[in-house]
Amino acid sequence: MRISYSKQSRRKAIYGYLFIAPIMLGFLFFMAGPIIGAFGISFTNYSLLQPSSFVGLDNYRHVFTQDDTFWTTVKNTLYFSAGLIPLNLTLALALALLLSGKLRGMGLFRTAIFTPVVTSVIIWAIVWKYIFATDAGLVNQVLHFFGIQGPAWLYDKRLAMPVVIVTSVLKKVGMNMVIFLAALQEVPKMYYEAATLDGASKWKQFTKVTLPMISPSLFLTLIITLIGSLKVFSQIVVMTGGGPGTSTSVLVYYIYKLAFKNYQLGYASAVAFLLFFLVMALTLVQWSLRKRWVHHEE
Amino acid sequence: MRSNALRYAGLGMRYLLLIVVTALVVIPFFWMVTTSLKDQNKIFDFPPQWLPHPVVWSNYKEVFTAQPEFLRQYWNSVYIAVLVTIGTCLVGALAGFAFAKLSFPFRNTLFLVLLSGMMIPNEVTIIPNFIWFSKLGLVDNHFPIIVPPILGAGGIFGVFLLRQFYITIPKELDEAAEIDGCTPWTTFWRIMIPMTTPAFATLAIFTFLNSWEDFLDPLIYLNSSKLFTLPIAMNLFTDTAGTAWHLLMAAAVMTTAPLLLVFFFAQRKFVEGVSTTGLK
Repeated sequence: MRISYSKQSRRKAIYGYLFIAPIMLGFLFFMAGPIIGAFGISFTNYSLLQPSSFVGLDNYRHVFTQDDTFWTTVKNTLYFSAGLIPLNLTLALALALLLSGKLRGMGLFRTAIFTPVVTSVIIWAIVWKYIFATDAGLVNQVLHFFGIQGPAWLYDKRLAMPVVIVTSVLKKVGMNMVIFLAALQEVPKMYYEAATLDGASKWKQFTKVTLPMISPSLFLTLIITLIGSLKVFSQIVVMTGGGPGTSTSVLVYYIYKLAFKNYQLGYASAVAFLLFFLVMALTLVQWSLRKRWVHHEE
Repeated sequence: MRSNALRYAGLGMRYLLLIVVTALVVIPFFWMVTTSLKDQNKIFDFPPQWLPHPVVWSNYKEVFTAQPEFLRQYWNSVYIAVLVTIGTCLVGALAGFAFAKLSFPFRNTLFLVLLSGMMIPNEVTIIPNFIWFSKLGLVDNHFPIIVPPILGAGGIFGVFLLRQFYITIPKELDEAAEIDGCTPWTTFWRIMIPMTTPAFATLAIFTFLNSWEDFLDPLIYLNSSKLFTLPIAMNLFTDTAGTAWHLLMAAAVMTTAPLLLVFFFAQRKFVEGVSTTGLK
């Protein structure tokens, strides 16, 4: 009896390993291996154009002390994140609150605002680039109609990034809105009834009941949106190409240019690794603070 | 009286915000479609033509003559997204089932190791992967934009999502199957897979969208235009003479329309999918 049992559980284990083999091998070859590889390459001057050699910490030293472009791209990336996140999350939450009420035509609004999520980001960026074109773009034509000379939106150092931020918010705000809508529906109605009986104002109900109850979703979307914003790339390539000057050159765009335009794969890996540390740190922060910040957790 | 006025003002403000955001979201689609139907010489007219006059349907035909490889590129995007979606569902179901239902040594450790892969950005591994694939002669080939997405971060997301799903299936079901003489494979293939449809729908939607709009990978790996996928093919409508906006917009409509149609018909599935994965 005992032998047959252990035989069976051994057979089950073999099936288990076979079932997870594809993804584990993929993880090994396409993720774990490459991340170690990237770390190794970041200590060389690997290039597709010339033989490479080990350069120790030179790449990292160069990044931190001599590479002004790197710091510009870090600044631009943070500018993008700092502009995008508050706008995206407050708008998503406001829309979710409005749509969770019993307003007429709610389904129509929800569908419309979610539509960009299922549209390719490249298409979205191309259309907006066309709308913000300097001479014949829709925005400037409308401004012209009112007798205003519209600016060269995407060719102006101060305006290019805000335009990219706003259009990026419109692309993804529907996603966060839907997550918030689902979270709002989970809040038990009796909490609001109790709060109303106690004479709590609408604002008090929002800050004392709604916000704490949906905090897990808030936190999750915050981290996802933050990590996504640090990796912004496609919109930048399409709408501004990093310009004008370096005003919208972001981290991933810089890595792409270093690695695949200048073929400085070693140096690009060092910069990429700094991005990895940033993303990893944020993910770990999410995991460790989840329990402390979030009130309501199953 | 006064409180009524306030209530209507509040209601008005709500609708105003909703209408403004909706307008901002709808305008690009409207402008994309109308431009795609405009005469080439009327695109930059002032005041702008809100509705195309005359309506030039032939722009859509012209896309295929101006870019003879457009059909091919369209097919590339379709078949790659389909393969990636099927592959991800399959790999995700296999491992998700194993992690949820089969017991084997180091199961939880292996699962945690796998999950840690979710924080590895594609933007970091793409450099060694590129070097590796170019040594294997797989650059300018669809392999690197099909296989690593299935077996990399996308696959891990699939494993995670489907494991969550299989955990909710009562233990009694697979125990009964086992007593009836099912091997783990037959339990998986005959009993679990048919039950997985709703979870597959969610995963398939995400995976297909990600593959359809993937930009960085094709940009790096593909050089010949006959291998291009749609996101990078859009660049071909711009040359030294400028951008053929009427054709680019027609191509954009053709790229966007199928997904929008699926979305409008299966909206509920989409929205449920997003919110359940968002909540977990």
